[in-house]
Amino acid sequence: MLTDLAWLLVALPLLGAALLLLGGRLTDSFGPLLATALSWGSFLVGAAIFVSMLGSDPGERASSIELWNWVPAGSIDVMAGLLVDPLSMAFVLLVTFVGSLIHVYSLGYMEHDPDKRRFFAYLNLFVASMLLLVLADSYLLLFVGWEGVGLASWLLIGFWNHNPAYATAANKAFIVNRIGDVGLLLAMSIMLATFGTLDFAAVDGGVAGAGEGTLTAIGLLLLLAACGKSAQFPLQSWLGDAMAGPTPVSALIHAATMVTAGIYLVVRSHAIFEGAPNAQLAVVIVGAITLVYGAIVGCAKDDMKKALAASTMSQIGYMMLAAGLGPVGYAFAIFHLITHGFFKAGMFLGAGSVMHGMDNQVDMRRFGGLSTAMKITWVTFGLGWLAILGVPPFSGFWSKDKIIEAAFVGEGWRPWVFGLTALIGAGITAFYMSRLFFMTFHGKKRWTEDVHPHESPLTMTIPMMVLAVGSAFLGLVLATVAPIGTWLEPVFGHVEHHEPVLPVPVLMAATLIVVAIGGVWAWLTYGRDEVPVVAPEGSALTRAARRDLYQDELNATLLQWPGLALTRGLVSVDADGIDGAGVGGLARWTERSSSWLRGAQNGYARTYALTMLSGVVVFLAALWVIN
Amino acid sequence: MDNMPWLTLLMVVPLAGSIAVAALPSRSSALARPVALGVALLTLVIGVVAAATSFTRGSDQQFQMVEQHEWIPQLGVSYSLGVDGIALSLILMALVLMPICLLAAWDDVPEGGGREKGYFALLLLLLPFMVGVFAATDVFLFYVFFEAMLIPVYFLIGMYGGERRQAAAVKFLLFSLAGGLIMLVGVIALYLQGPGGSDGFLLERLTGLDIGGSTERWLFVAFFIAFAIKAPMWPVHTWLPDAATAARPAVATLLVGVLDKVGTFGMIRFCLQLFPEASRWATPVVITLAVISVLYGAILAIGQRDMMRLIAFTSISHFGFIVMGIFAFTSVSQAGSNLYMVNHGFATAALFLIAGMLVARRGSKRIDDYGGWQRATPVLAGSFLVAGLATLSLPGLSTFVSEFLVIAGTWSRYPVATAFAVWGVVLAAIYILLMYKRIFTGPPPILETDEGGGPALSSDMESSVMVSSDTDRDYLSADLDEERRPLRLTAPLRDLGLREKLVVAPILAILIGLGFFPQPVLETLNPAVERTLQIVGATDTTPSVPADAGSTSGSDH
Repeated sequence: MLTDLAWLLVALPLLGAALLLLGGRLTDSFGPLLATALSWGSFLVGAAIFVSMLGSDPGERASSIELWNWVPAGSIDVMAGLLVDPLSMAFVLLVTFVGSLIHVYSLGYMEHDPDKRRFFAYLNLFVASMLLLVLADSYLLLFVGWEGVGLASWLLIGFWNHNPAYATAANKAFIVNRIGDVGLLLAMSIMLATFGTLDFAAVDGGVAGAGEGTLTAIGLLLLLAACGKSAQFPLQSWLGDAMAGPTPVSALIHAATMVTAGIYLVVRSHAIFEGAPNAQLAVVIVGAITLVYGAIVGCAKDDMKKALAASTMSQIGYMMLAAGLGPVGYAFAIFHLITHGFFKAGMFLGAGSVMHGMDNQVDMRRFGGLSTAMKITWVTFGLGWLAILGVPPFSGFWSKDKIIEAAFVGEGWRPWVFGLTALIGAGITAFYMSRLFFMTFHGKKRWTEDVHPHESPLTMTIPMMVLAVGSAFLGLVLATVAPIGTWLEPVFGHVEHHEPVLPVPVLMAATLIVVAIGGVWAWLTYGRDEVPVVAPEGSALTRAARRDLYQDELNATLLQWPGLALTRGLVSVDADGIDGAGVGGLARWTERSSSWLRGAQNGYARTYALTMLSGVVVFLAALWVIN
Repeated sequence: MDNMPWLTLLMVVPLAGSIAVAALPSRSSALARPVALGVALLTLVIGVVAAATSFTRGSDQQFQMVEQHEWIPQLGVSYSLGVDGIALSLILMALVLMPICLLAAWDDVPEGGGREKGYFALLLLLLPFMVGVFAATDVFLFYVFFEAMLIPVYFLIGMYGGERRQAAAVKFLLFSLAGGLIMLVGVIALYLQGPGGSDGFLLERLTGLDIGGSTERWLFVAFFIAFAIKAPMWPVHTWLPDAATAARPAVATLLVGVLDKVGTFGMIRFCLQLFPEASRWATPVVITLAVISVLYGAILAIGQRDMMRLIAFTSISHFGFIVMGIFAFTSVSQAGSNLYMVNHGFATAALFLIAGMLVARRGSKRIDDYGGWQRATPVLAGSFLVAGLATLSLPGLSTFVSEFLVIAGTWSRYPVATAFAVWGVVLAAIYILLMYKRIFTGPPPILETDEGGGPALSSDMESSVMVSSDTDRDYLSADLDEERRPLRLTAPLRDLGLREKLVVAPILAILIGLGFFPQPVLETLNPAVERTLQIVGATDTTPSVPADAGSTSGSDH
């Protein structure tokens, strides 16, 4: 069977990473090309498996491949195995295709970087980890990929870590993600205690027998993990800083693929969430908060990449919201994830192309009028812009509209709250994305004197064009010609059609109207009117949004400063308290008097006795205090 | 080859080697290092052959490779050796680490002074004690090894260490002797509880005594204190950072990576096996202390500016995890703890030894004396990163498997304790990544070439400059402002040389290999873990859902 070769998907890019890292300078000359070739190789294997799956019956498209006995410890026995099913294949195709395109783009973008080989090694490491994440057949193996992409992300955010701020940004991303990982570790602990296994299939099978409380706990912990990886509220603070990485990295890792791993985790665990309505509600709430949060932040950013990062956060908020809606939303979450992967990666590559032509500037107040200087970038970015706005018939229209419709399904207050949030979010999205587009490509030229914008080389523009084609048509294809809902049906089951609380045409019209309002407003302010080179002070909300709604200040107050104080306190307690007055004090006292102790025949015996006594006292005290 | 006295051989060979190295005539003292390395490699080969030929994983005997002879029958002491899966794994870990450490210690002592003979003889002398202490199946024999191994360590720190070596060596000795003395009282009292006779100290004679009551508890406490100091656990940990900083990196590796395991090994072998009831009685306290150790060690690690002290504190945190898993009494948590002991040995070795390579280049252990080294020494940086990632238990590296097993296994019985301890995972990321950032990122070092009147950077000046800003407050806050000036160096930095690569490569290969294929080690450990649990009388918690939906997952406290 062709699916038995699925391990090659992970192995090829992993081999590339290993060769490039261990081979050192020997691989400098051909390393980047090799890495790119291996990534495409992975895509070809994925495509072949996909084609062979198309040939089989929908019910028999899932197959699991056991690799080796990984952790046989006591009462548990975790096999390392891969699960090839429609859901994982959707990710495999997205990751390998977009990933390989970005490898190609990087050949141009990183051409003059002295550490180009290391960059490609990390990219390959990322692709391998991401594929392991989506192909794993158990939570434990998923976690290996989960942290692997985190490591790759850390390496790439800090790729230019001679700038200390970038190194800090990388650490911030890793550490915030680790908080999420605690969620996954504990969720796995509960699963082991409850089901005795971490296998997806076995856990799904056991869900029916588990109590709702247990499932809610697992669900909330998984959500915590997803919040970390997918930069969802309240663990969103790292994504903006992560833009320190080279732009191809922002496109691949921090827009198209890694940050959507949280969505994957939630939909992969759909059986658990369906047994825990409260956890599901939490998912929807997190998604709704984040989509508005990201959208508001996006409106105020003048840094092109940070505005796009805020947009990513917000779009993943849409996916999260859909994933929390239950069966009506899963397929749409994945649908939007895929179209977003194309149009957002395309726009990030466009941003990289703009930076390439503008001496690495990112301040949009210094752009303007670039449509004439960089025609390909302008057109490809424009298609991405139309897609994210949800203008028919571009990709985003098909996927985002479905999420808004699904958010309006249900009873009581929920459809109104979540539906309206999603609807208003679409309007804000239209505003800030149009603001970004007009500030960059239209209006007057506000360039600094020394820049000479020029179009990027073909290695960069071809991937942008390919992604632009996807931004334009992929939604249409996946909604009509090859419906993604049908493809995913074997995983999520058949979904009955549910009517939203408002008729679908009304919702569509309303969405288009708010999008039009947002776009026109942006045009009036940033396209027609002159954009000041120095940002005006702005309202309180604007100032707050510029600072990411004070997320860093909040984290510093709540976590960082108390943590620092605690560390300082304990360091001094350890030196003066425990070691000074307590256990070590006696030792030091004997140390000081060691001259006469050494002289005295029975000196050591006293020391024995004294130190022994102190040890016993401490231990007994602990015993009594705690018992 | 069943009748081969493998374990004795594993002690005699390095002992003879150590004596030979010490007895080398001073004109051929250059041979000390190759001879020591050769002996260590030979011992490793013997160990591997022994494990391959004379150890069966599924044996129904607790101990294999058994040797038993009368030693001091008047006192009931026998020379009795044997290993189970736990002891064998630890012995093999020690055997692997020894040649690596010798190679790392190659240039610690200047050649030709005659001092290298003593240094390498003492290092090699650690081997017989390491084997003996894990293989002893006579309680008194164990005690003898337990105490005797202090001697080479004391001299290795006190004579060959760095700054403040005397004080650190004395502190180490006092703490250890104190623990040992308390244990001695326990050992004798235990003998009196047993059947006595000419082999009354044999472990098998003392197992299953059913002492009960406060006597058993006092005996447990006597043994436990000694092991808690050795491990070390909060609050008797303070000797370790001093000893690890004063010792040479290779010595620190063997001390923290191998010898300290005697503490956690002793808890399993002696506390649990001899005093099962008292062990269950003490569990709440021990688990609490373990959780405190996990968090305390990690927080203290974040606050250290001396990289060797930092690594020592990470070990305190990790020993907390190991103890927690041991006393959670589930097959998963104990398998995790035992695997953790092996993995921690390698991860700590990597960190200590690579940090030692940094110190050898810069002449300072202070983290803030570095900066931007990644571009100057990429291989060193990459190796340090992998070692650091192993220390923070990144999945894919061996340490993750063990840490996960401890966390998941403990959760099924002590969810609250686990929910606290698990934050050690986040703290680990902080201390490792901050250290990496301060040493390896930032503007790359600048080479100062002015020969003339310019202030060439002498080591004295350097330290006096550093002292002026010498407060921990500044150090911790330094992370918050990004101002960073490039380091000025007087000589170019070398990346790892061949010898150093030979030190690093095997450890990193083991860390990665065992991350994906821990199965051989786990299957060696599993039967021993099962037996331990049987002796303690603890039953595994059963998953609530698959077998019978009626029973709840298990808290039995």
